[in-house]
Amino acid sequence: MKISIASGKGGTGKTTLATNLAYLLSQKYTVILADLDVEEPNSAFFIKGKEVQQKKVFKMIPEWDKEKCVLCGNCQRVCKFNAVIKLWEEVLVFNQLCHSCYACSELCPQNALPMKSYEVGKITEFEQNNLHFVEGKLNVGEEQAVPLIKETIDFVEHNFSSDILRIFDAPPGTSCPVIEATKYADYIILITEPTPFGLHDLKLAVEVMREMKKNFSVVINRYGIGNDDAIQYCEDEKIPLLGTIPNMKKAAEAYAKGELLSKALPEIRNAIESVIEKLRTLEVLL
Amino acid sequence: MKIAFTTKGTEWDSPMDPRFGRTDYFLIYDEENDELTSIDNTDVNEVAHGAGPRTAQKLFEQKPDVLITGNGPGGNAAMALKQGNIKVFTGAVTMTAKQAYDAYKKGEL
Repeated sequence: MKISIASGKGGTGKTTLATNLAYLLSQKYTVILADLDVEEPNSAFFIKGKEVQQKKVFKMIPEWDKEKCVLCGNCQRVCKFNAVIKLWEEVLVFNQLCHSCYACSELCPQNALPMKSYEVGKITEFEQNNLHFVEGKLNVGEEQAVPLIKETIDFVEHNFSSDILRIFDAPPGTSCPVIEATKYADYIILITEPTPFGLHDLKLAVEVMREMKKNFSVVINRYGIGNDDAIQYCEDEKIPLLGTIPNMKKAAEAYAKGELLSKALPEIRNAIESVIEKLRTLEVLL
Repeated sequence: MKIAFTTKGTEWDSPMDPRFGRTDYFLIYDEENDELTSIDNTDVNEVAHGAGPRTAQKLFEQKPDVLITGNGPGGNAAMALKQGNIKVFTGAVTMTAKQAYDAYKKGEL
């Protein structure tokens, strides 16, 4: 079983739910938690474990060979991403914009743009008792999250038996990185906050999940602020509500110290336990 | 001196476009023969990735000495502009092209 925790709006509690769910479930059986929010992974603040291995992730980019180049400009014409441009006597390659399609390299009549590998990030595996934690982290300045998200999922698939439960901490939003972090999942939990902004972005996330024909449900975090519109929305749309996590100043304080909320606060632990119960009722978890 | 402005129109009175990569137009003023020309860049709206380098490439074809813009080019565009020794002046956000030129002449940008 692969469960992705996604949100629409950022800062609604994806990491809180993912880390606490993984931690509590790991008290009973083996769990893998993968942080796929590779642009700003933060599950590692809450899950401390022993580092098992680290892998560098590369992408292929063209490198300009000034000696061979005849400045025909073909590379610039074929690049759909404006990652290769010819400026007077120079050809510039923008590594971050390159999608590694090889077009410029393959179609260069002089063979002046050979492809070479270029590091974009790292995948690190940690272990804490029954909890295996895998983190994908993009290097500072890199723009493309999707390839590293894919690599991180492949890493999990390659290193662990397929019968182990996987929990994916997805990036926020509804664009390509979210699609990548949810498309392989069997089940999606959307977490939101009961504010107009939270509801607005929840609706967008629901639209995406429906488009991808995913089974999904909703958790409401910071319950107690805002209003009940999100609950009403779930009822109207017949989306299962897995539970609510109470709004507490103490939760913010513990979070800011990097404490796992289900260890620090019994109220939060109870809330997450009842989410787990509900997942069992829905037969998402055994 | 050949001076390029990022603008929302094709006249001296056109407001400046504070963006570089996604500017609507360039106004090019050639001080030597007092000639004002413009380049349409509105097709950049179709571009999802790499607007900065693409627009820089377009500007390079005009070989200007100076670029006057609003917020300043982003990282990719700045890297491209560096190649061409184009002097970049920023801060002309809410002006017309003419006001930006006067401000540049007075050393206010």
